[in-house]
Amino acid sequence: MHFDAFDRYHESVSFVHRLDPLVKVSVTLAFILSNALLPDGAWVAFTLSWIFLLLVNMFSSLGVLFSFKRSFVALPFALIAVTVLFSVPGEPLSTFYFLFWNLTITDAGFLRFISIVIRSWLSVQMAIILVGTTRFPDIVHALEHLRVPSILTTIIAFLYRYLFVLADEVFRLLRARESRSASVAGSRSGGSVVWRARVAGNMAGQLFIRSYERSDRVYNAMLSRGYTGHLQTMSPHELHRVDYVTTALALILILILQVIGRL
Amino acid sequence: MTNVLSVHDLYFSYHNEHEALRGVSFELCEGDKVALVGPNGAGKSTLMLHLNGILTGQGDVVVGTERITRDNLPAVRAMVGVVFQSPDDQLFSPTVFEDVAFGPLHMGLPKDEVLARVDSALEAVRMSGFKDRLSHHLSVGEKKRIAIATVLSMNPQILILDEPSAGLDPRARRALINLLRDLPITMLVSTHDMKLVEELFPRTIVMDEGLVVADGETEKILDDEKFLNEHGLEKP
Repeated sequence: MHFDAFDRYHESVSFVHRLDPLVKVSVTLAFILSNALLPDGAWVAFTLSWIFLLLVNMFSSLGVLFSFKRSFVALPFALIAVTVLFSVPGEPLSTFYFLFWNLTITDAGFLRFISIVIRSWLSVQMAIILVGTTRFPDIVHALEHLRVPSILTTIIAFLYRYLFVLADEVFRLLRARESRSASVAGSRSGGSVVWRARVAGNMAGQLFIRSYERSDRVYNAMLSRGYTGHLQTMSPHELHRVDYVTTALALILILILQVIGRL
Repeated sequence: MTNVLSVHDLYFSYHNEHEALRGVSFELCEGDKVALVGPNGAGKSTLMLHLNGILTGQGDVVVGTERITRDNLPAVRAMVGVVFQSPDDQLFSPTVFEDVAFGPLHMGLPKDEVLARVDSALEAVRMSGFKDRLSHHLSVGEKKRIAIATVLSMNPQILILDEPSAGLDPRARRALINLLRDLPITMLVSTHDMKLVEELFPRTIVMDEGLVVADGETEKILDDEKFLNEHGLEKP
């Protein structure tokens, strides 16, 4: 059984797919940084950023609205910024009572909130394109090339490898519980809430112990193949002319966005 | 024939309580293909973990001409390749290529050599086209063969396999048997698959309760039904 609901990679042949992962990761980071740096209410720059995104979508042959359609899952996280509505000083727009607070929305706060939502929405879309067009191991390689500490890239690589194994394990446990969750005709099945909570707790414990034991076995397998505490990897990637040109072009566009945003 | 591995009077207990090995001795000659059988809990897996120095008990394990010590562990691990039972434990890298390259890279080989070894190891297990595949997308049979390749890429002199045929369908099992038969390398294979033992290994070592209770020609051992039953085994 395979469980790969986490895999967001979309196999395809396109300009963006062919680009070196290093380019894609760098440009994505630059784009996200640029979004973060744009001033509040830089509507023209925001719009241009979105057009930039649509272009990347187009060149990835996944459909112009590929990232747009998947971007809304991340919006709830932007709600963390909801406090700026009330905390930035400015002209009051409206006042209301919430529980036992008297909250006032200010115009500057509103502007900042909308800007933050747009920034995160744009950034998430770029990240969606990145994982949609780059295989996960390649992203890890790119991070290695960017000198991200190897302990971090190793943890990410292991997480990716064992997330699926763990998910399989969870589903086996759930299925085993399901198969034994029978009921006698006429009586309610399932037991009390406390009992059910205990079963769930035991399952979580089981999962922890299994993972812990597995980590031991994996470590033995690593030792057997010469691991001495320092991980060596080989990322067989080579930058071509098209990669350099694309990076330069993308960075120039991002710079122009920044200039326009500050006019 | 020269000995490539000898174990002499090996004792080991987990947490000073349960005695897993109680004086195990045997030798492997170059080119030997030996089966290691015995009931669950006989100490087979514990023994295997001693053969490349992951566990260290009392007694001697000699690989080639050298006794395993702390200092020669890297050299020993390059000589003795251990393939663990669960391929999900053995294959810990995101892609097949990275897994097969792991051993050679950690041996400090130059990149061209690593690439060449990955290619030849994958070819040896007949999985040449699988280099860029993701490990979690493989079938169990494919994973098992890749797991063997991860060790072959280190050019070991001895191959130690733990339950290679467990959980395989007949076709995958047959492919594995052919593979093991064709590999020109000394191997010690722990298994419960008595048919596999009969078919593939001229010599068998039987373990029970931490001891070697028989070591000899497979044919003779498998003929003695009473002895097999005494040690929780079955005639194929």
